[in-house]
Amino acid sequence: MKTLKYLTTSCYAAAIIGLSAASTYAAELEFYFPVGVNAPAVETIQALTDEWAAQNPQHTVKAIYAGNYVETTTKALTAANAGKPPQVAVLLSIDLFTLIEEDVILPISDIANTPEDQKWIDGFYDGFMKDAEFEGKTYAIPFQRSTPVYYYNKDAFRAAGLDPESPPKTWDEMIKIGKALTVKDDNGNVTQWGTRIPTLGLGGAWLFGGLVVSKGDVLTTETGIEARIDTPATIASLEFLLDLSEQGVMAPGGISWGDTPKAFLEGQTASMWTSTGNLAFIEKNATFDWGVGFLPGGDGPGAPIGGGNFYIFSDTTDEEREAALDFIKFMTAPENAATWSIATGYVAPRPDAWETPEMKAYSERLPQALVALDQLQYAEREFATFQRAKVTQYLVDAIESVVTGNSEPAAALKIAQEGADAVLSDYQ
Amino acid sequence: MNKKIPFNLAIIMLILPCLLLIAFTHYPAVRALINSFWNNASSRRPSKFVGIENYQTLFEDDRLAQVMFNSTIYALGTIPVAIGMAIGMALLVNARLPGTWLMRLSFFMPTMLPMIAVANIWLFFYAPGIGLASQILSLFGLPPINFLGSTETSLLSMMFVAVWKEAGLFMIFYLAALQAVPENLKDAAKLEGASNTHVFLTIVFPLLRPTTIFVAVNALINAFRLVDHVIVMTHGGPNNSSALLLYYIYEVTFSQRDFAYGATLTVVMVCLLGVLAAVQYWLLNRKAHYQ
Repeated sequence: MKTLKYLTTSCYAAAIIGLSAASTYAAELEFYFPVGVNAPAVETIQALTDEWAAQNPQHTVKAIYAGNYVETTTKALTAANAGKPPQVAVLLSIDLFTLIEEDVILPISDIANTPEDQKWIDGFYDGFMKDAEFEGKTYAIPFQRSTPVYYYNKDAFRAAGLDPESPPKTWDEMIKIGKALTVKDDNGNVTQWGTRIPTLGLGGAWLFGGLVVSKGDVLTTETGIEARIDTPATIASLEFLLDLSEQGVMAPGGISWGDTPKAFLEGQTASMWTSTGNLAFIEKNATFDWGVGFLPGGDGPGAPIGGGNFYIFSDTTDEEREAALDFIKFMTAPENAATWSIATGYVAPRPDAWETPEMKAYSERLPQALVALDQLQYAEREFATFQRAKVTQYLVDAIESVVTGNSEPAAALKIAQEGADAVLSDYQ
Repeated sequence: MNKKIPFNLAIIMLILPCLLLIAFTHYPAVRALINSFWNNASSRRPSKFVGIENYQTLFEDDRLAQVMFNSTIYALGTIPVAIGMAIGMALLVNARLPGTWLMRLSFFMPTMLPMIAVANIWLFFYAPGIGLASQILSLFGLPPINFLGSTETSLLSMMFVAVWKEAGLFMIFYLAALQAVPENLKDAAKLEGASNTHVFLTIVFPLLRPTTIFVAVNALINAFRLVDHVIVMTHGGPNNSSALLLYYIYEVTFSQRDFAYGATLTVVMVCLLGVLAAVQYWLLNRKAHYQ
């Protein structure tokens, strides 16, 4: 097996040497990207990729849609382990520690090392750079970044006699307003819930991070070896989720991420928490007047930052790295970042993108898009550690077991903390 | 036509498929066994031989216990129901009734659809409040059920889909077996005055026994191998209530990237499937033949 691997690697190397001898600067890029929202993302990425290829005829680039975030990471890592990684990929920001541990990515700050490059890197919002850095180096460039926001149906607010311009700001208001928004039919069955916060799976864990931030704590730190699952803030957050369904404001049981925008559009819920990445989808399909607000918070505003960053893989030639860096610069250039943001709802990651005429026209037409940007200053990094998938699973299990009524918040979080600590003790 | 193949060529032709079998079946199994005695190495943790440590973890793994429990419930719940329905449907389409072809087609339809598509369709049926199931419930004034979002119903909901999908396939096996039941046996019994039920219970059903054993064991093996529905519909949740064995292996290996423990779980599954296959052969050889 090993000899076979060497053989393929050396064939590959020979091919690359042959190629680069023929034309000095040509690079063939493979670019993996995921889609995590309901938006025409594939077409937009393809169009931007084609544009870069047209401007750089000496290079070729193949944009490969690789499924959702988790699938894309799995594919990229499997390809890297087999010695044929993509040169560049958009992967979850929280996969940083996994990618570093697997030793498959390069610090982008090592390639982009001129003062001009440094200025470019400094041009991104600080909030988005927090989880792109590790041990003093920049490993990733923000691209499809988002925070969750509170979407609400203004018509439902009016019908309930509420002010459609003042969405709830605190947890208490969320319960009070949620009760007013809940509608029942003659049989006593709920036809419209007050709110909907997905609680299942990774999406549930992401939003849970927002609850915790609003209580003044964080789930993980930049070290990647600390998980703060069992704290007063997490217990309060989980109790709040439970309270929402006990007070009849939110459907009991686990709530899935995927059904949530649909339930909102169908009028089955008067408000929801979901990614800004769904803005374009809601704008296109909503048949009612809708608004967006900050996530209501426990002690103040708070949200998790999520989404994906560009990474450059380490098993690449110098030409490929240069080409990949140029490609990333192109994709995050103001006008292209604006195109991407408008097509999907992702938050454009640089202030200069918001200064483009397209973006100004967009935020005038859809002021909801500005909410996520304003919320960014209150947002913290998403749950990320070494062995993230394994550690997050403990948190997911704790949340799911509580919302489905199988355990108490404090007890479930204590078990999750023990599990996470056992995994992370290897790294201390 | 009957020219003899040269001896050397014959050897080569036998070795080629054998190599394929080794490369894709035996080598991975042996590799999994070897990997299961090592830790999960990475750039930050050196590789080391850990002996049976991974196997000891199996016994402390609460999720594995839950997954094995789910797989067992899944198997015990789906197989008898699917077999019962398959026999019923086979009898129905084997009877000389008008429109049998339409019945055959509609019973077999679920089996022909791709798994992922089926799971997505059912995902939409089950969506609380907006899905078809909720709308039917609301016609009767019943509250919507959060089928896939509560620990009590998620596994049941998946089992329902599995029965719907598998019964049609089993029906084909039973249909073939039913058509091989000699008419003269049935005629003889009817001459003696036996009722239809009596004929079925004492003649037809015993003759279907080889098919039943075959179908049951294959369904059992499938129950431990099912992964598509789980990935699409629930990701094993909530709180692992719908996670089955192969899904757990997939998650540990490719999502959590714990290749050592994934290999250990694979060894467990290979052993389990090996035992089930051995039981199948033993049962078929012992009980299935009638002189």
